[in-house]
Amino acid sequence: MATLILADYVSGSLAQSTARTVSAAAEIGSEIDILVAGSACEAIAREAARITGVRKILLADDAALDHQLAEPVSELLAGLAADYDVLMASTSSVAKNIMPRVAALLDVMQISEIIAVVSADTFKRPIYAGNAIETVRSSDAKKIITVRTTAFEPAGQDNAAPIEPVAAPRPATASVFLDMQTSKADRPSLTSARVVVSGGRALGSKEEFDRLIGPFADKLGAAIGASRAAVDAGFAPNDYQVGQTGKIVAPELYIACGISGAIQHVAGMKDSHVIVAINSDPDAPIFQIADYGLVADLFVALPELTTKI
Amino acid sequence: MKILVAIKRVVDFNVRIRTRPDGSGVELANVKMSMNPFDEVAVEEAVRLRESGAATELVVLSIGPAATQDILRAALAMGADRAIHVRTDQRMEPLGIAKIIKGIAETERPDLILLGKQAIDDDCNQTGQMLAALMDRPQATFASAIKCDAGTATVTREVDGGLETIRISLPAIITTDLRLNQPRYASLPNIIKARKKPLEEVDAGSLGLDLAPRLSVINVTEPAKRSAGRRVGSVDELIDLLRAETKLI
Ligand SMILES: Cc1cc2nc3c(=O)[nH]c(=O)nc-3n(C[C@H](O)[C@H](O)[C@H](O)COP(=O)(O)OP(=O)(O)OC[C@H]3O[C@@H](n4cnc5c(N)ncnc54)[C@H](O)[C@@H]3O)c2cc1C
Ligand SMILES: Nc1ncnc2c1ncn2[C@@H]1O[C@H](COP(=O)(O)O)[C@@H](O)[C@H]1O
Repeated sequence: MATLILADYVSGSLAQSTARTVSAAAEIGSEIDILVAGSACEAIAREAARITGVRKILLADDAALDHQLAEPVSELLAGLAADYDVLMASTSSVAKNIMPRVAALLDVMQISEIIAVVSADTFKRPIYAGNAIETVRSSDAKKIITVRTTAFEPAGQDNAAPIEPVAAPRPATASVFLDMQTSKADRPSLTSARVVVSGGRALGSKEEFDRLIGPFADKLGAAIGASRAAVDAGFAPNDYQVGQTGKIVAPELYIACGISGAIQHVAGMKDSHVIVAINSDPDAPIFQIADYGLVADLFVALPELTTKI
Repeated sequence: MKILVAIKRVVDFNVRIRTRPDGSGVELANVKMSMNPFDEVAVEEAVRLRESGAATELVVLSIGPAATQDILRAALAMGADRAIHVRTDQRMEPLGIAKIIKGIAETERPDLILLGKQAIDDDCNQTGQMLAALMDRPQATFASAIKCDAGTATVTREVDGGLETIRISLPAIITTDLRLNQPRYASLPNIIKARKKPLEEVDAGSLGLDLAPRLSVINVTEPAKRSAGRRVGSVDELIDLLRAETKLI
């Protein structure tokens, strides 16, 4: 069984989700290659080469792959597929954009967001915002899989796999990159942080969100998350959203502040190791899954916590 | 410009689903069903494009059993011109759905096909991307802003790092994120008018496509339950407990 993994990287460095995807792949078979696709991404290939258990790195470094647009990258992956039984990626927004396109090019039904490998053709995946777990067996000869990386430990870092260049295709169908607005990243990334502090609608405004959540998160060295209500109201940028349609996180400590605990939010954080909820409503559903619940007004409790920690 | 919107009937997002005790699936009997929330956003966007004059015709399409017509009527009440119901009682997967949408699009020839980014039942997030591949068209997924002019669409996408803007040439496929717009409620007169709008029925079997599922469902079970922990009485108690038990603070 040979697997090709699409490397996941952000702002010039390899994301830990790639090493986690390698662990998922290792449960299927031992021949694991990683494809690094993009422009000026050689340093990422060198990082990927260190991941334990990887046979080789394919490096497709070409201006045509800049920003990893779906059309050229899916064409590239489909072109490489002949040598592999499994194509795999994490559930980054880049991979979610690309992998189903690859699957359709190969007439394969993708298996999205697996959380467990039962056997080489059978996998577990959450459905209905994680309120049910489905076990599915694929009859496709080739498997195309995205991996919910919070469910797998990262592989080690003691390898020196060879790096092989591969050519990028030039598909006629293309989109044009215009702009990327990045929220400033002076904090740990939401999906890999050990501690996440999340704010909800109760914060009331962007000013209060920044004033109360910011210093508390800084004190804990935490990443900041938000509920959809907080993002919709403009208190926090879209990439802070945790949940069914936002990011899936599983930090060691998740602190939900003024978040009610709607199923769509809980879908994104219920696998956190320890959950703390601060909410003024003793009946808020978030308390049903919290390890430690503090019934309090967050406008009082958060400044106190920030000072005393 | 002609727009085709693909919509799915799913368990309403407010319902707390239960799995069947025999593990065969999620209990759907007597459960409230609605249009997938992302697809409502897609319909709303299409209606707005037509209201602004950018689009001239708006067709909605759904694939599923007889009851699927509820959501097609709902989309007609929101402002779609006509509806196509591709009827099947089989369990469908995104790949098969994408093949059907392609089949319909080959006769309808829309300039823009809108889909939701994800169905909230299967949480697959695949169909739009698959359709774009099958039709060899550009794609813009997870849209939170769409601007159409002169044969192109400029789309802002919600991605992990923030907001990405790309330009695609039409015909193309766009999938919608929730922040694209706030869908309207259909007014009573529009609901009544929608009953008279054309709704065409097509038998999925008549399309001559390979729609057999590639995944077989072995079972569907409840996730591991997390139980409520303890209430703490004060900030000090919370800090003490976190210090003792997590060592993270
Ligand atoms: C298809 C779909 C997908 C969705 N995806 C997501 C998703 O990915 N992520 C997500 O988060 N949501 C998602 N949602 C939205 C979700 O259903 C909820 O609407 C949302 O999570 C609510 O956010 P909230 O908890 O901040 O706000 P609310 O539900 O309004 O809760 C605010 C809470 O703050 C508490 N509060 C008020 N004042 C104070 C105070 N002074 N001190 C302390 N507590 C206070 C209240 O008691 C309440 O519990 C989705 C919805 C749909 C339909
Ligand atoms: N049965 C269906 N009929 C029409 N459109 C569908 C159907 N299933 C999925 N779609 C469309 O595909 C999108 C993504 O679904 P999925 O890939 O299943 O998450 C949905 O938001 C719909 O726009």
